[in-house]
Amino acid sequence: MELTSENTGGAVIVKAVGRVDGANARDFHEGLEASIGADGESMVLDFEGLSYISSAGLRVVLLVAKTLQHNDAKLAVCALSDSIREVFEISGFDKIVPVYADAGEAVSGLGL
Amino acid sequence: MNGIEPPYKILVVDDEPDLQPLVQQRMRRYVRAGQYQFVFAHNGVEALERLREDEEIVIVLTDINMPKMDGLALLDQIPKVNPNIRSVIISAYGDMKNIRTAMNRGAFDFVTKPVDFDDLKLTIDRTLQQLLEWREALGARDRLVALQNELNVASQMQQSILPKSFPRDPSYEIFASMKPARSVGGDFFDVMRLEGGVVGLAVADVSDKGVPAALFMMSSRTLLKGAAIGLGTPGEVLEEVNNLLCEDNETAMFVTLIYAVYDPSTRKLTFANGGHNTPVLIDGDGNATRLPLTGGVALGLVPGMKYEQSSITLSAGDNVILYTDGVTEAMNEHEEEFGMERLESLFSESRPPEARAVNDVIFDAVMEFAGDAPQSDDITCMTLRAGGRDH
Repeated sequence: MELTSENTGGAVIVKAVGRVDGANARDFHEGLEASIGADGESMVLDFEGLSYISSAGLRVVLLVAKTLQHNDAKLAVCALSDSIREVFEISGFDKIVPVYADAGEAVSGLGL
Repeated sequence: MNGIEPPYKILVVDDEPDLQPLVQQRMRRYVRAGQYQFVFAHNGVEALERLREDEEIVIVLTDINMPKMDGLALLDQIPKVNPNIRSVIISAYGDMKNIRTAMNRGAFDFVTKPVDFDDLKLTIDRTLQQLLEWREALGARDRLVALQNELNVASQMQQSILPKSFPRDPSYEIFASMKPARSVGGDFFDVMRLEGGVVGLAVADVSDKGVPAALFMMSSRTLLKGAAIGLGTPGEVLEEVNNLLCEDNETAMFVTLIYAVYDPSTRKLTFANGGHNTPVLIDGDGNATRLPLTGGVALGLVPGMKYEQSSITLSAGDNVILYTDGVTEAMNEHEEEFGMERLESLFSESRPPEARAVNDVIFDAVMEFAGDAPQSDDITCMTLRAGGRDH
């Protein structure tokens, strides 16, 4: 699993590539925490290159969403593959974290 | 005993009277600085007495030729008193035979006479360095063993809460089992006989694994049991458990849970789904259909959620499969997932047998598919089979 982040003014876009499971969920968490920007700066997780996310990975997404909430910022996810979209739908995560088609839509959807 | 701190206590063993004052004088600086502390003995027998009295000695610096017990015999005895002591031999220059014997008997290093005190200091420090690393490794090993023991206890706790026996009733059968990925997993299942002859069934998957997940699993299971006995419908039960789990859940753990109530007298199954995989119905001819998702969110995330429920009336011979994603997401060596389609087609060529055998067929298929690929998630599967005659 690899993370790259870029700041596009108002939001940090983090691209995750590979798979997130119980074995690397901690790395995933540390990587995302390190990418959190200034207060009020929202984050978009771009999952286009992500092939799999386990429940441990979903928990990290939730933890990061909580941290951002404390910073008066929001979290969105975008570009989910069919199987990851299914995981989000089954677990009900799509009702907690907004899901968008791509990073551009996510940024405008968050009202940035 | 593992954490040793300066001044490091060093036992010097020599029968010649001149070494003691020389050591005291030349090492004075380091003794004053609190780095070393020296104690002395004049032969092997005295040295062993000192070692028995004083557990703080970490290095023995010994001559070879001495009365009563010589240095080589002493080397054999030291590990019996304390295996964590390091020995350094003082030998005559060029006495390779004795040096080799001493090294074979476990001496860590040697210095030669006449003693060069700068060289001795370096030798002592190198020995101490190795000793500190050794003891640190021992400490790490002890902590690892302690942790492993804790994990084993947690694993036993987890296994102990799973039902061992299942209701045997002419009108229905239930069987379930779990195969944890690590010693402590996050899956659990439960079967509860409730008032009015109905039975409650649950299959759940806690996010993550290990001890924290096991603790969260324990409280989920207890809350579920309480709610199932006290309340009626699956939707109300999930709502209650979710609200209780949300209290003080700073760790953002969550559990996906499917809870169903089966009434054998009417063969009506009512279920609510908290973010869990959708159950599969396999009828008496082996045809599979997915039961509808009820759209609930995983439990422990957001308080105040409502949980929809859905009902289905089973026919005799119908099998409802409740499972965790360890079944459908089991991977083979080519990183392909077992998937829903494989699960649904398992009985397309043969009629499903009794509940236990149905469950075994599913487990065997997942294991065969995964082959030698490591199991990354707990695998849990429960089968409810409706019996009796059709109305």
